[in-house]
Amino acid sequence: MQQTMFDKLWNRHVISGKPGEPQLIYVDLHLLHEVTSPQAFEGLRENNRQVRRTDKTFATMDHNVPTKDIFNVQDAISRKQIETLAKNAKDFNIRLAGMGHEDQGIIHVVGPQLGLTQPGMVIVCGDSHTATHGAFGSIAFGIGTSEVEHVLATQTIWQTKPKTMGIHVHGKLPHGVYAKDIIMGIIAREGVAFGTGNAVEMYGDTIENMSMEERMTLCNMGIEGGAKMCMVKPDQTTFDYVAGRKYAPKNMDKAIEDWKQYYTDSPEAFDQVIDFDVSNLAPFISWGTNPGMSVPVDQKLPEIKNDDDQKAYDYVGLHPGEEATDIPIQFIFFGSCTNGRLSDLKIAASILKGHHIAEGMQALVVPGSRAIKKAAEKMGIDQIFKDAGCEWREPGCSACLGMNPDQVPAGLHCASTSNRNFEGRQGAGSRTHLASPAMVAYAAINGHFVDIRKEEA
Amino acid sequence: MEPITTVTSTSIPLMRENIDTDQIIPKQFLKNILKVGYGKNLFFDWRYVAPNKPNPDFILNKPERQGAEILVTGDNFGCGSSREHAVWALKDWGFKVVIAGGYSDIFYMNSTKNGVLAIILPEDQRKILAAVAPDAEITVDLPNQEVRYEDYTFPFDIDPLWKHKFINGLDDIAITMGYEDQIENYEANIPSYN
Repeated sequence: MQQTMFDKLWNRHVISGKPGEPQLIYVDLHLLHEVTSPQAFEGLRENNRQVRRTDKTFATMDHNVPTKDIFNVQDAISRKQIETLAKNAKDFNIRLAGMGHEDQGIIHVVGPQLGLTQPGMVIVCGDSHTATHGAFGSIAFGIGTSEVEHVLATQTIWQTKPKTMGIHVHGKLPHGVYAKDIIMGIIAREGVAFGTGNAVEMYGDTIENMSMEERMTLCNMGIEGGAKMCMVKPDQTTFDYVAGRKYAPKNMDKAIEDWKQYYTDSPEAFDQVIDFDVSNLAPFISWGTNPGMSVPVDQKLPEIKNDDDQKAYDYVGLHPGEEATDIPIQFIFFGSCTNGRLSDLKIAASILKGHHIAEGMQALVVPGSRAIKKAAEKMGIDQIFKDAGCEWREPGCSACLGMNPDQVPAGLHCASTSNRNFEGRQGAGSRTHLASPAMVAYAAINGHFVDIRKEEA
Repeated sequence: MEPITTVTSTSIPLMRENIDTDQIIPKQFLKNILKVGYGKNLFFDWRYVAPNKPNPDFILNKPERQGAEILVTGDNFGCGSSREHAVWALKDWGFKVVIAGGYSDIFYMNSTKNGVLAIILPEDQRKILAAVAPDAEITVDLPNQEVRYEDYTFPFDIDPLWKHKFINGLDDIAITMGYEDQIENYEANIPSYN
């Protein structure tokens, strides 16, 4: 019988149970951060339980960390969460990249960067953007805190096998169009729940030609389309990325031999296949209050089709029929687990070089990890951002969700490289417009979005 | 987990689609390290016009809606962030049952861990339930997998394992620890790349 990559991965991890029922699945890597883990550790203590596999568990601090003065956490409750994770890691003997540690950063940036994330794994974390790790050909999904506790105690999780969906992504990406635009384009066309209950695999020549960082951007936002998980077949690009990293396998040849078995036999094995041609794709901008409410940059904002559209327009203070490029931008955020990697910062810096951000605008640049920050500084990228008038910050989740002091003031429109434009997400009353790092960089210079396909390469 | 079998209660309709967990409980309330105390901030941005100043037009604040244990809502409820705090907030406010057109996968799993019964009914049936009077009661009967209101009976599906756990209030971890031999056997066969 023909199988998808997902089927092969799933079957290999089943400990007990039949398809169609909840099955007990083994977890190879459990990633932790300070926000969704305190109650899980408390549960372990109450029941006198231990962490079963500390060697398969890794923690860092990202959601709450200040990006200005990292050791000065002024919010007492944020500080409490950070201190609680430090104590829990110590008490339960878990590896922790804490505040100021060289490996600290956004958990979904740190996992791949350290070689913890590998093909063939089941990876979970109490965070929906765990989808990111699927880029390596692994089953990766976000879980709740009760499930975090369950995985800590048993290294397993109960899951019902999802359906499978293939997305055939093909064609050459036009100049000025990026991985971010592909996933935003798919969600704009298919809706914010198209992937619910599905293990989604992206495949095709466009994907094969992508770097790992681009694949991570793609899989990261799979959850914004509801996908239970989103994955890409591991190939030489994947193996080359993993090799030599801190926690990479010592015997890479043996690992690669094993990882090569993970591929989909034929698209016919998917329960459903959708097609996405990128050869005429335009850069996307979100206008509303969910990631499906977005338009190609050269189009007008859409008509109001329902109550939700009306509420979204009321919230963002825009109107149907306005040009997407006329949205005034007053705030800029470069960062997040979607687009806070070195390649993203390089693209933005190459555009900002020799320019200055528009008058009155505030722009934050928040590298995804300390390692990225250091690498960027070595290349002089930090200076380009600073010269352009941007604030070069310490790594963390920052203004993607504003759990730390980095928030977009009420009423301001923010061009953001992050993943969610929900009401209040970046701060009460904030108006988020999601786009690629290149689109955001040009918006920073111009004070509004521009069709970057018309800009010089 | 507290067992849940039959819930008979008044209800609250909130018929928006794609209500995300950022709306259910905004980020500023995720900083607690406990599982309780979130109810007062449930749907915070819609519920308050200013700190400590409730929005009198929002349905959760209406005097006649207090004490309702059933939430009737739209499609794709609980999408977005994985925060289990969303379920804790619904539960802390007093909701025992949510009736929606669908749920994000993570929200659904979180609800099964906390004794909040998440039911899926089609739109036409939810519209009937959303229109019931504030003082009228709806019955959710888990053993028989039915939602009843006046002469209406709406059957719903639920996985037998989740149903068993809900009715008996079982702790997942204790159940899984019964699989220790199988887990050990699995671990013994994980390939090493060293």
